[in-house]
Amino acid sequence: MKFSGLRAYSILYLLFLYAPILLLPLFAFNDGTVIAFPLRGFTTDWFAQMAGNASLRRAVGNSLIIAISTAVLATALGIFAARATTRYRFPAKGGIMGLVMLPLVLPEIIVAMSLLVVLLALGIELSLLTVILGHTLLCLPYTIAILSTAFNALDQSLEEAAYDLGETKIGAFRLVILPMVMPGIISSLLMSFTISLDEFIIAFFLAGSQPTLPTYIFSQLRFPAAVPVVMALGTVLVALSILLLTLAEFFRRRGVARTGQSNSGGFL
Amino acid sequence: MAKPRLDGEARAGLAMISPTLLFAILLLAAPLAAIFAVSFMTDGYLVIIREFTLENYRAVLTEPIYRQVMARSLGVAGLVTLVTVILAFPVAYFVSFVVRPERKALWLFLITIPFWTSYLIRVFLWKIILGYDGVINATLTGIGLIDQPLGFLLYNVNAIVITLAHAYAPFAILPIFVALEKIDRSLLEAGRDLGESRLMTFWRVTLPLAMPGVLAAVLIVFIPTMGDYVTPELIGGGRIPMIAKLVQTQIMALDNKPLGAAIAVTSMIIVTVLALIFLALNRRFLRARS
Repeated sequence: MKFSGLRAYSILYLLFLYAPILLLPLFAFNDGTVIAFPLRGFTTDWFAQMAGNASLRRAVGNSLIIAISTAVLATALGIFAARATTRYRFPAKGGIMGLVMLPLVLPEIIVAMSLLVVLLALGIELSLLTVILGHTLLCLPYTIAILSTAFNALDQSLEEAAYDLGETKIGAFRLVILPMVMPGIISSLLMSFTISLDEFIIAFFLAGSQPTLPTYIFSQLRFPAAVPVVMALGTVLVALSILLLTLAEFFRRRGVARTGQSNSGGFL
Repeated sequence: MAKPRLDGEARAGLAMISPTLLFAILLLAAPLAAIFAVSFMTDGYLVIIREFTLENYRAVLTEPIYRQVMARSLGVAGLVTLVTVILAFPVAYFVSFVVRPERKALWLFLITIPFWTSYLIRVFLWKIILGYDGVINATLTGIGLIDQPLGFLLYNVNAIVITLAHAYAPFAILPIFVALEKIDRSLLEAGRDLGESRLMTFWRVTLPLAMPGVLAAVLIVFIPTMGDYVTPELIGGGRIPMIAKLVQTQIMALDNKPLGAAIAVTSMIIVTVLALIFLALNRRFLRARS
């Protein structure tokens, strides 16, 4: 093979990408409190301890509430923006979109701190709701990017045909547009759910005393004895995100097929 | 002179986007404006004195401790960006030029999967790998290669660079890949036909054409690493504080919101200026192309 050096390097690079993650299942099932080779026996103790941990369950509950609310809110707001920008011409479109997409290029700590200063000044108590609002802000650029692709692929003549056949605006949206962009909506929901579930900075500073999954993990990292349980937890999380990601990719491809584009295979 | 009234389409579009816009104004524009305003005020005991002052900026720009943290953040972020992009380029090149078209999506999928697994867990895993009683040390001691654990693996800039180069790998690979994909392959053949060696063709044709992607990768890696909080905390062990830690300490622990705000605004300005320089460079390359 001509470029065998390049191929070898790329495979090594993939190994570098995956090596840390592969440690997770190895040590999650390892019967030893120290994270080191050689491995000892096989155990599922850490998973049992994880399942029996009440504060972890509370953190998971909080994270699910936040992630589901964020996914719905960010996708709903994303639909408004994607529909408006792909269907209508209006003044200040560039400026408005620049503002909405700004969190992409803004360090998260700045978003978190500026929100915190304002919330404290207004006397608003930190809670799950403040985290949801912050996460929605962070997820919006991603949902808009996904949904714009979906709305862009719409053939406007289909919508006009619905009007000609006597449908109202709402009827046409529900019966014609919505089914066409549904794969985009689902992958936007999954994407923002995944981002929110994993987000640390906003949750750390805006949740008040409420733990979320990442802040719970962060609090456990100080205790060496808690590490094997965190490894078990990490294994479950990685398995879940791969599952969600595969689902999102599946729906994206179905959406591409439905609107008759060619699959460019890009993830962006 | 009256402004022309908005036509129906413009009104419909603005109405449609208004919920999203309102959300972004309330939760993004207003807080950023507030931070900007607060940065010109003075910290009183438990209150903020609303008098215009440039004192915070004078402190940020002249006092050694703040300058040192700023310079360190820039240096670490720059080093991370350099390492990440240099490591990523050959992979992007391989996927674009060597991998068969039908296998490209699979490679991109494989490259992006680790990125979607918990960032916190990935950073923490590097701590486990590099730590004093971590995987490398415990294993080397276990097989008798070393007597004492190596102390230089964790809590330094190298460890931060490894961790972040790992965390931001897909961010660097994808834009470079996209730029490489756009290159007209006949240009490369032309270069070869005109007697250039493979290496010279790469140097004089491929690399300049890939530059927009490389610059995009630089920006995408540089901006978040500059403001990263988790890695300096976990991997740097708090010994190498960067801007995020400084802002957080001022605003929360020391309750000096004006100074914290001034640090935040200054770092945003630095990042914006750097970004604009990079975008200008990018435009030059794009112009050279057309």
